[in-house]
Amino acid sequence: MGIGAHSDVSIKDSPSSQGAHLKSLATPYNRALHRFAISVSCCTFLLIIAGALVTSNDAGLSVPDWPTSFGSLYKIPHLVGGVKFEHTHRMIAQFVGFLTIILCLWLWRAEPRRWMRQLGFVALGLVIVQGVLGGITVLYFLPPAVSSAHAAIAQTFFCLTVLIAIFTGRRFIEEVPRIELDKNRPTLITLTLLSIFVLYVQLILGAMFRHHGLSWWPHVLNAVSVCVVLTWTAIRALSLYSKIQPVRRPAMLMLWLLLAQLCVGFLAFQTRVAWGKDAVQPELPMVISTVAHVAIGALLLATAVVLAVEVWRHVPVAFEERVHSSQQKPVAV
Amino acid sequence: MNLRKTWVAMFGLLCMLGVLLIGCSKKENTEQSSNASEEKAATPAPAATPIDPSTVASVSGTVKFDGAAPKAAKIDMSQDPACKGTNTAETVVADGGNLANVFVYVKDGLGDRTFDVPKDSVVIDQEGCRYHPHVLGVMAGQNVEIKNADETTHNIHPTPKDNREWNESQPPKAAPIEKSFAREEVMLPVKCNQHPWMKMYVNVVKSPFYAVTDKDGKYEIKGLPPGDYTLAFVHEKLGEQDQKVTVAAKDSKTVDTTFKAGGM
Repeated sequence: MGIGAHSDVSIKDSPSSQGAHLKSLATPYNRALHRFAISVSCCTFLLIIAGALVTSNDAGLSVPDWPTSFGSLYKIPHLVGGVKFEHTHRMIAQFVGFLTIILCLWLWRAEPRRWMRQLGFVALGLVIVQGVLGGITVLYFLPPAVSSAHAAIAQTFFCLTVLIAIFTGRRFIEEVPRIELDKNRPTLITLTLLSIFVLYVQLILGAMFRHHGLSWWPHVLNAVSVCVVLTWTAIRALSLYSKIQPVRRPAMLMLWLLLAQLCVGFLAFQTRVAWGKDAVQPELPMVISTVAHVAIGALLLATAVVLAVEVWRHVPVAFEERVHSSQQKPVAV
Repeated sequence: MNLRKTWVAMFGLLCMLGVLLIGCSKKENTEQSSNASEEKAATPAPAATPIDPSTVASVSGTVKFDGAAPKAAKIDMSQDPACKGTNTAETVVADGGNLANVFVYVKDGLGDRTFDVPKDSVVIDQEGCRYHPHVLGVMAGQNVEIKNADETTHNIHPTPKDNREWNESQPPKAAPIEKSFAREEVMLPVKCNQHPWMKMYVNVVKSPFYAVTDKDGKYEIKGLPPGDYTLAFVHEKLGEQDQKVTVAAKDSKTVDTTFKAGGM
């Protein structure tokens, strides 16, 4: 039933729009912090690519020990064969861990918003958990569940760094959001959350397939639901809220990334499952297509998360307050 | 819909999916089962059943490959400049219709007989960034010596179903690694994660009655006590074929078999 079509329904403004002016006064824009947060998310994206290269080249166990590499914490081994991928991944991971510590401390020192400081600690916690999971995958010979969790947390951490970069940005801090109430059902925010959910399920299924814990078909089957949900979300956002730039941009990007991901996913399937089934070693077309599939997948998930945040901010839900009909009787004057 | 409820529902569903996937995880189950059977293997082996050497028989033969042999895949060793040598895969080696690298062993018919584990080690050599031999037979508990003749570091990583998994690196000129496999397991893959084309198969059996076909497809199993046996011919790619054979005292039987190209 449409809102306002019934006499006992009224619409209230969302509380998320309140205090926007006050917020911009309380939180000064910190350009250096924002740029640093962007650098952290770029390095994390690089780390995801490095991790995908390790898996695609079957190099996960080429360095058999952890936390040391061939018995040393600092010595760089001869970077040939699988060691080149595995040790480079470890080095970038250490660098990202170091950057995350700085980001966390910087947020703690400079950020007036309490939830942002908490976000910094969550990022630090995630990067520690991620490092330990990486170690467990090495010490327990790549158990599919742990390796898949390592892949899923990598992308969760990437989304978090993207969010921190957005939340520390000038636009987010100083802009007064243009509010349009969402009166449709399901609401756009529900659709964006559903998009994140199906993408996350897709990420886990894909990771389980890559780490030999599941067959390929659940991942391919769920791709259909990903297409439906993401297209529905993007079309809803673009058709009703295209005037709101912060909503339009991620919605548009999500559609393009989805298209690219489908094409690359098809290539990855062909090169790995169809043609590369009996390959004696990881072949370049398979490595390129599967790594690109992981990288675009990470971008797609981060875009869906950004869209959800922007929808939460700009398109709040018009909620219904039902008044009992007995209380609506006209009062005799 | 209430937003908080949506979040909670989605998080709950994700957790359920995670639990389900962990339940489906294969490797952890294998780990548990191998731990359990490791205890069994720890019990001391009974004394070997004596065999009268004057009655022993032998079985030999040739393994053929029917059909056009697939062209050996080229290996790209450019990842490591220290890797030089033959650069074709050994997945199906069928020169002139004779199939090499088939593991032949007595699968059934030995009853409760037990056998002494040989004191000599079997050797796996890493040379030219390849394993020599490509298919190896060894008795359960027998020592396996792994050498590295290359000027590069290898890692030796068996991925068994029933034995304990391990992964060790071996730099150039390092001392040989000595290992053994406690439980029977046929076509146990061993790989090097530094050089992903390096792959071989170890076959662990309880009796000394086994052989691996040479490049002419020939094999010979000696010292068999008279009896009815099932011979298994196992190929890494083409699967397994079984054949019954009866040997009398001092017999010398020929058992040939053929793998078809369609089996791939």
